[in-house]
Amino acid sequence: MNEIVTVNQISYHYTEEDARPALNDVSFSINKGEWIAIIGPNGSGKSTLAKAINGLIEPSGGEVKVGPYELNEENIWSIREMVGMVFQNPDNQFVGSTVQDDVAFGLENQGLPREEMVERVREALEKVNMLEFAEREPARLSGGQKQRVAIAGIVALRPDIMILDEATSMLDPKGREEVLRTVKEVKERENLSVISITHDIDEAASANRILVMREGKLIKEGTPEEIFSYGDQLIEMGLDLPFPEKLKSSLKNSGINVPSEYLTEEGMVEWLWTYDSKK
Amino acid sequence: MDIRFEEVGFTYQKGTPFESRALYDINLSINDKSYTALVGHTGSGKSTVLQHLNALKKPTEGSVSIGEQVITAATNNKGLKKLRKKVGIVFQFPEAQLFEETIGRDIAFGPKNFGVSEEEAIEKAKALLPQVGLDESFLDRSPFDLSGGQMRRVAIAGVLALEPQVLVLDEPTAGLDPQGRKEIMDMFYDLYKNQGLTIVLVTHQMEDVAQYADHMVILEKGTVTKEGAPRDLFKEADWLESMQLGVPQTVRFAQQLEKRFNWTFDPLPLTTDELAEQIKEKIGDGREAGDRT
Repeated sequence: MNEIVTVNQISYHYTEEDARPALNDVSFSINKGEWIAIIGPNGSGKSTLAKAINGLIEPSGGEVKVGPYELNEENIWSIREMVGMVFQNPDNQFVGSTVQDDVAFGLENQGLPREEMVERVREALEKVNMLEFAEREPARLSGGQKQRVAIAGIVALRPDIMILDEATSMLDPKGREEVLRTVKEVKERENLSVISITHDIDEAASANRILVMREGKLIKEGTPEEIFSYGDQLIEMGLDLPFPEKLKSSLKNSGINVPSEYLTEEGMVEWLWTYDSKK
Repeated sequence: MDIRFEEVGFTYQKGTPFESRALYDINLSINDKSYTALVGHTGSGKSTVLQHLNALKKPTEGSVSIGEQVITAATNNKGLKKLRKKVGIVFQFPEAQLFEETIGRDIAFGPKNFGVSEEEAIEKAKALLPQVGLDESFLDRSPFDLSGGQMRRVAIAGVLALEPQVLVLDEPTAGLDPQGRKEIMDMFYDLYKNQGLTIVLVTHQMEDVAQYADHMVILEKGTVTKEGAPRDLFKEADWLESMQLGVPQTVRFAQQLEKRFNWTFDPLPLTTDELAEQIKEKIGDGREAGDRT
């Protein structure tokens, strides 16, 4: 397998007095083009883990490898070129006075020639369907639009990995859907690896693999189907129950035997159909 | 305490070249001890309506009555302060408003402003902590060492400390994890159910509307387009989808089942428990379940 991120036994304490480590002996790897969701309740170490991947924090033990680079002082800038991050609050990450200036900001820092910059900004905005807003003021956009501009800012830098740190949690359902759709499209087209830290069930369901964090430890790992089959326990993992699981749990409480494996909505309909037709 | 809007309109910067109309022709009642959900997408006027609920804004047309007090464009600002005690507003991301050195003093700030002694206000803060799911040991800690979810609870306690009769909540669970969301929503429901508070919830979450509210007001482009019981309004799923508001997953799934199985759900189920009960009536014929071959 073509691993793009390898995390080997990392730990981290925010302060020396802190008895409980924010990360405790965490290991995992991500393949190129893979979409990983990291879930876990608030305070479980999800965001700390993401920060370790692009060198915003330095783990107190273990190794992080991104692409060909070991995370260390020498390589940190090479790693940051490979990793783009979208944060939770869309209002905290704007620097430009127009949408296109904002997208150009990262490119300016890389010292790209102007012609190429203009072209890349246009391309990036096109990819997130925000080209028509290029001249607008970021402050006047909806939350979903703001996050799409933030994604464009990352796409313009042509990274290999995109980290979404609860990037949809402050959006309304429509904004959430529009950002998720954008991430999917961009990921396919650019062959990006995606790491999404999330409490949103739809976002988690979009991933190839889900990692579950609790108290700084990686406690579970599996496909969305495998993880969703934990049913009621998902709440403790910082995720809401998928609708079919909620309904299953209600049916069970009312005395109906339900299958234990994870059912999608269609699966639920089929199961009811089989059940009903056997009367 | 009832709140009534009669022919309310509100125009920002009225009489200037920048004037823009945010609300018009709003008639709406929030009854005492009700749980009202106020929904509508971004720009529908929800926030402007919300600011009329305790006279942070005065209508430029029509009148808003809050209990005994009637507010019109001509109302003098004097005397409005006591409304702020009766109607407490929890704004979006209220943790951004924390400022005191200790949690106890932050919660006590409101009551002190209304003339309660420091000592008494701190006592009140202490008593409120368990209600928002924090223990008394938090009293002397700094609010800035807390997690986002805990800070949210402290900010909510600060509003509850004024003992409002009406509690207005603007997306109170945005950004919290599902467990935290549920705990906070259950706490508000308890205040409504057991302490007789009137709740006004501004939300995008139709699941919360279905689960908690007994009344629903839909705003669109600055006016009320529909108002009624959630169970009645959610019947118009297509219309709600076209308004980009959507319906609870249970409603959507129930309608899917109605089509596929030629069933009719009556009354419309709003929660999975209600749906499960009705499914059971339709398929639960006493046979051993799940015996697929």
